[in-house]
Formats: sequence, structure tokens, C-alpha cells
Amino acid sequence: MQLELKNLYNDFRDAKTIKAYAKIIQEDAKKLNKEIHIMEVCGGHTHTIMKYGVLQLLPQNIKFVHGPGCPVCIMPKERIDHAYVLAMQSDVILVTLGDMIKVPGSNGSLQDARSKGADVRFVYSPMDCLKIASENPDKKIIFFAIGFETTTPMTAALLNAVINKNIPNIFFHINHVTVPEAMAALIADDASNIDAFLGPAHVSVISGSKIYEEFPRDYKKTVVVSGFEPVDVMQSISMIVKQFIENRCELEVEYKRAVSYEGNSKAQELINKYFEKAQNFRWRGLGDIPRSGLRLRDEYDALNAEVLYKDILPTQKIDDHKLCICGDILRGKATPPQCTIFGTACKPTTPIGSCMVSSEGACAAYYKYGNLI
Amino acid sequence: MCLSIPSKVVKIDKENNMATVDTMGVKRDASLDLMAEDDVKVGDYVLLHIGFIMNKIDEEDAMLSLETYKEIIEAMDEEERQRTILEDDNCVNRGV
Ligand code: SF4
Repeated sequence: MQLELKNLYNDFRDAKTIKAYAKIIQEDAKKLNKEIHIMEVCGGHTHTIMKYGVLQLLPQNIKFVHGPGCPVCIMPKERIDHAYVLAMQSDVILVTLGDMIKVPGSNGSLQDARSKGADVRFVYSPMDCLKIASENPDKKIIFFAIGFETTTPMTAALLNAVINKNIPNIFFHINHVTVPEAMAALIADDASNIDAFLGPAHVSVISGSKIYEEFPRDYKKTVVVSGFEPVDVMQSISMIVKQFIENRCELEVEYKRAVSYEGNSKAQELINKYFEKAQNFRWRGLGDIPRSGLRLRDEYDALNAEVLYKDILPTQKIDDHKLCICGDILRGKATPPQCTIFGTACKPTTPIGSCMVSSEGACAAYYKYGNLI
Repeated sequence: MCLSIPSKVVKIDKENNMATVDTMGVKRDASLDLMAEDDVKVGDYVLLHIGFIMNKIDEEDAMLSLETYKEIIEAMDEEERQRTILEDDNCVNRGV
């Protein structure tokens, strides 16, 4: 058989294979002597789990904890306020990706800024900034960069292009965060109750599975790096359960077709060229996590919007909405329906917390696919 | 945001370091800036993410997974077939 593109789509979503794995997991789970709590770190997995009703296929003693891996969901209000202030400058075009535009900050979302006349654009690729910059030579284009290891190299590639092509009017506001530090912080929180991790798919494509080595070794937590398709997720759950019944605690890769131990070294080089660890990043819902964010290296200060606009960017920390329990959800201490305003005051059209904004957020996924629960 | 789509490379534009990929019938351009030189060839399966090719999909590993799935389903079908036969043996309505 020759591999075709449709195999990569259909066969990893095949209902029969999903059912077969459900059966294997059901049988194996009978041999478990305790409940196991698996955290899917990444919002892409949350989405798959909810969309394909994975929770309903699992036995009682396998529980899922939804992790913090949605770049939009973890963006604290003070960073959104930065974006808002930058966007409101009359000579600035603020450019960002995805659902970022809808997340409420303390003055409102970027969408609100737009309705007040700000030029905020949402692009498919960071490289689209190049076109916007050449079409608007009298404007400053600020790329509000978000995302985990998966999107960091693309921001670095844009930096590379800006420098090599001497483009005078593109600047950067960096909000890239890293997964392993967040995982370690979650484990350190005693109440978090995590036994195993479903390792992120595309973060690992870039960084390689090597970034999770410390988890089985130092924290005794199983990690299985999983693809995003439902069959991938089922196979990974099955691999986790097998580790527990065989008394193993290892790092394994289910998503072998895309993830190597070393990852994409060209992408890693680009990241290291432009970025270094920031002392701290404050995650929405999780709070301060040391060394979990990236910053532009000092030599690129001239491109760094945070440095250039230092005088007008607010510095105070802003707490989340009182009733929002995103923090507990991201720590696996609560599920969305436990929030008193879930589905009422807080919905995808009027999100209060960030977990409701992005389709990868746990609250939004429960809202959208909730009829399956 | 993190969902990357499997696609097939149909054209390479060396000069601009870009590739044209086919994502289930939709053609689009993607940057090769994150890939080592000459690593990506026409016909390769790749993952596309926010306008960039971020890696190649290993065909052999993909096939291996698919074969495993086929075996699992076959094993399950066989089990079910045997069970149906056995159940049929026990069928109280036999001959009715
Ligand atoms: S439903 Fe809304 S307010 Fe409640 S936890 Fe989720 S995002 Fe926060």
C-alpha cells in the first residue's frame, strides 16, 4: 500500500479503530489498582477529546484533567492591556494571530479597540506582516506574538526576514511561553493530582520529545507524546494505561510519524538566535511561573515594542474576574460546568474568562460539545 | 491555534524558499524557512502551521501505525466472529 494524503486524514479518525482502542483500554483498565489522572497539556488535545467524545469511551478509573496549553487562554489581562494600548496609538497597526482578538483585557478586547478606531489585524501567518508593512510605510506594524514552542520559530523567521531585508517598520511584542516549565509548576502544586501527561503534538515536533525527559525521571510522571487525531489520542491513552499495569514510568512517543527525539533543529536554532528565557511569565489562571516565557535578546531592543513603548505600557498586575475559575480548571481542580456562570453570563459570544474564548479552551470546548457529556 | 494540517508538497520555489502544498485539494503556499536546505522534496508529506512547513511526516512510521490499526481491528473482528459462532451454538431457538 502506498501512503496517500487521505490516509493521513481518514485513517487516524477511523471510528472502528477508535472503538477497538476503547475496548483495549476498557480491558486493560480492569487491571489498574487505582484511578489514573491524565492531563492533556495542549488545547488541541482538549478539542479532540471533546469533539470525538473520548471521555465517554473511557472507563470510570481513567480521568482527564484539562491542561493550560492554549496560548490564548493563558494570556494575562496585563499583556492584553499592552496590546490594547499599542493598538490605540494612531500610527500603529497591531497584528496578531487567532482568537487573541476576542480575549477581554481590563479595558476591553482588541475587538473593542478596533470598534474605537484602532487598526487591529488578524493574520493567518506572521509573514503576512511583511505585506502589511510594505503597504503601510508610514505606519508602525507591531506583531503581538503569542503561542508555545510551536509558533515561536515562525516569529523568529519573521524577525530574520525583518533584519535581513532591512524592513524599518515592523516591531515585536513577545508573549511566547514554554511547556515544560508549566508542566513542572503544575506538578509542584500538590492539589493538582496528575499521574500522567498526554504530551503536546506540535510543540514536540519543534522541540523534540527530549524536553519531557525530566518528567518520568525526576517527577515519576508518565509522558506519552500524542498526535491530534482521535485515533492518536486513544492509542496514547492505551499506552499510558499499559505503563501503569506494567509498572513502568517512561517517556514514549505515539506521534512517531511527526515527532523525533531531537525535534526540528533549524527551528530551535532560530529560536535561540533571537530569544532567551524571561525571568518570569505570569499565566492567566496559573500565576507566576519562573522562566516559562521568552523575551527578545537585548541586542534586538530596537525591534522590541515593550522597550520602545515602555513609558506608556501599564505595569500593574490585574486579577481575573472573581467568579471565573479558569485557574482551577487549568490546574485540573475543577471542570467548566462547575463554574457558576458557565453557559450563562460566560459564553463564547460574551466570554468572561479566557478559557471560553479560544476553541481550544476547556470552557469553550465543553460549551460547544457539551451535549455529548 | 496549534492544529497543523498534513499536506503534500506539489511544487518548490527555491528562489523564494517557498513550497506549494496540497491540503486535501486546497493548494497554498508555505515558507520553507524552518526546514534545512533541500530537506523537503516534491511528493513529501509535511505538516503545515501558520504559513510554514514545520516538518516532514515520516511515511514509514505513518504506515506502521496504520498497519497496527488494521491488525487490531482484524483481531477484534476475529474475536467477534468466534463469539457469534459460539453464541449461535448456544442459541435456544435453534431450528425454529
Ligand atoms: S465559564 Fe467563563 S468564567 Fe467560568 S471558568 Fe470558564 S471562562 Fe471562566
